[in-house]
Amino acid sequence: MRTLVDALTSAVRLLAEGDAALLEIVGLTLRVTGGALLIAMLIGIPLGAAMGLSHRLPGAGLIVPLVYTGMGLPPVVVGLFVYMFLSREGPLGALGWLFTPTGMIVAQSILALPLVVGLTMSAVQGVDPNLPLQLRALGATRRQLAFTTLVEVRGGVTAAVVAAFGAIISEVGAVLLVGGNIESETRVLTTAIVLETRKGNFALALALGIILLTLAFVANFAFYRLEGRGRSR
Amino acid sequence: MTAFALAGIRRTYGDRTVVDIADLEVREGEVLGIVGPSGAGKSTLLRLLNFLEPPTAGALTFFGGVVPEEPPIEMRRQVTTVFQRPVLLNRTVRENLVFGVGLRGRAPDRDVVAGWLEHLGLSDLADAPARRLSGGEGQRVALARALLVEPRVLLLDEPTSNLDPYNVGLIERTIGQVRGAHDTTVVLVTHNVHQARRLADRVALMIGGRLIEVGATEGFFTDPVREETAAFLRGDLVY
Amino acid sequence: MARRVAVVFLLFAILVACARTGDRPRVLRLATTTSTYDSGLLDAILPVFEARFDARVEVVAVGTGQALALGEAGDADVVLVHARAREEAFVAAGHGIARHDVMYNDFVIVGPPGDPAGIVGMATAAEAFAAIAAAEATFASRGDESGTHSKEMSLWARVGLDPSGRWYKSIGQGMGSTLEFSEETSAYTLADRATFLSQRENLTGLDILFGGDSIADNPDSSLRNPYGVIAVTPVTPGVASDLAERFVEWITSIEAQELIGGFTSPGGETLFYPDSEAWHSR
Repeated sequence: MRTLVDALTSAVRLLAEGDAALLEIVGLTLRVTGGALLIAMLIGIPLGAAMGLSHRLPGAGLIVPLVYTGMGLPPVVVGLFVYMFLSREGPLGALGWLFTPTGMIVAQSILALPLVVGLTMSAVQGVDPNLPLQLRALGATRRQLAFTTLVEVRGGVTAAVVAAFGAIISEVGAVLLVGGNIESETRVLTTAIVLETRKGNFALALALGIILLTLAFVANFAFYRLEGRGRSR
Repeated sequence: MTAFALAGIRRTYGDRTVVDIADLEVREGEVLGIVGPSGAGKSTLLRLLNFLEPPTAGALTFFGGVVPEEPPIEMRRQVTTVFQRPVLLNRTVRENLVFGVGLRGRAPDRDVVAGWLEHLGLSDLADAPARRLSGGEGQRVALARALLVEPRVLLLDEPTSNLDPYNVGLIERTIGQVRGAHDTTVVLVTHNVHQARRLADRVALMIGGRLIEVGATEGFFTDPVREETAAFLRGDLVY
Repeated sequence: MARRVAVVFLLFAILVACARTGDRPRVLRLATTTSTYDSGLLDAILPVFEARFDARVEVVAVGTGQALALGEAGDADVVLVHARAREEAFVAAGHGIARHDVMYNDFVIVGPPGDPAGIVGMATAAEAFAAIAAAEATFASRGDESGTHSKEMSLWARVGLDPSGRWYKSIGQGMGSTLEFSEETSAYTLADRATFLSQRENLTGLDILFGGDSIADNPDSSLRNPYGVIAVTPVTPGVASDLAERFVEWITSIEAQELIGGFTSPGGETLFYPDSEAWHSR
């Protein structure tokens, strides 16, 4: 119980003081998670929309279960694969991305992508089945049809982005393996929490956890507001 | 000029033939009413005319040009349909109204939009979410949305079924005004023979995917050539 | 209502069923460092204790910092770690009953075979550290307040350096991960010999550059790495605390000390050396 109170007070104190090391960790966390989310959105939303809109997806029987499996990819396994690819002896070793934020963004993009694709796809599939016909009758091109459908199911697309964000900002397995938790270089909130726990600094670890939760909440709140505004506009 | 010319147009789904029209001409500027029992293939015919699906066989020309397998967007955008149950977007009434214009990359004329809102009694609802409208209000929005793109051909698929007399009257008046003002070609599918009689210049009867009789409205109703037409107009079951 | 009671009862029954798996022997929770566990030492010697005392030992392998924190919170009954000053502070604060020497091994400096900082052949570890810092050769630090990290920091202190900069990578991970990291990035690191030897076949890109082929060849006696055992002061005396004291007695006994001394790496190298009072006065 005392630890919990300590954690809360130190979380508030760290934030109030604007602790430089903490800000660095928070900044990197947002950079990595934000970068990965952006990549996953840029690829995943159009892909999910295309998959949701095509009536007879070639190989749907295989692709859809694959996407759904991907939604539950274990971060450590993804981390391991990315590690092996980026390792000096791996096929992409020449890039020098192992133990860098870029490598972490790669790993987290892979984790986020199936979530964005899968949830966007189901959102698009849930749209009024007569909408595509209506849009084409009004003179929509294929691209306009996809875009309008996405705007129509913006709640579902927001949910996809939020789910992906929550999954990657809170995962530790992939960023630890690929990033290496290097102080001032690749240390993010989750790996810092693991480290502080291992050091026995439970209060600090918990404080970092509270900050992580707060970040996640603020981000979700912002997404929610954004979507709400889109709806009432 | 001829808006649409159909020659040997067939549309089949599997081994079911839904539309089978040997010869039909839709003249520019006319209102062609298409009547017939449910399942006659009327809605499928409209989808063919809106290039929403290709005919299985036959030749379709649009203002003298042959309609290719994949009609170009410029051709598609000259035709639009108001469906029996139109899908309104999850946006405001005003945004729904200007949607088709926006697809064409044009800014809607504010005065024209305001005029349509006013004319169709939607002014007070302009900023309301379209999804909350009643059936009649929604149908009026769909009609205005279609008219704002100023189509060369307007297809109407049972636009007033399930509506109360007030809405039916408003929509019918609007259709009449449009063709008067813009010389728009209209194809009106309805199971309501009285509506066809009120609005159409010519009427066609469709049963089982085939055209039974096409003729000028007055003659079609007062002096039908085919026995099936007379039976249909009497209200007898004909299949 | 009855249904709700039934659901609560069912949930409770599931919990109980999961928690109790038959008649369990007495359980002793041992918090220790990754080096004792990863090297395979505990797997080799604990079954003897378990059979003798009809007990089961749950091993929590963590850094020294967390091991001591577990003891402090009463989540472990006995700790086996290697950071002498902190162990003594732990006992002085009343968290542990007493500290006893158990065994020792030594630390070595490993690095890329090319040895860019030129530390091979140096006389002391501090000298080697100074050379690494001067060359700004990449150095991987455990950075996790483990016993190894404490030793590393004391070496930097001896050089009079507070290491920082792009060449100094504090990664906050265990010994195994730190060695992997060092191999991948061609970095130097301070490692306990036992862990390095037990993982050597996966670490072909690393050599011992300071510390010799065995503890006897290690030129710097300050790299000796002593392990201590502490029975945690019980919050409420009971079975576990009694067992914890038995464990301390047993692991310092001649019998256990012989087991420790006889334990070797897959390559046949001795990894730990007996160091208890009983052993020395045998």
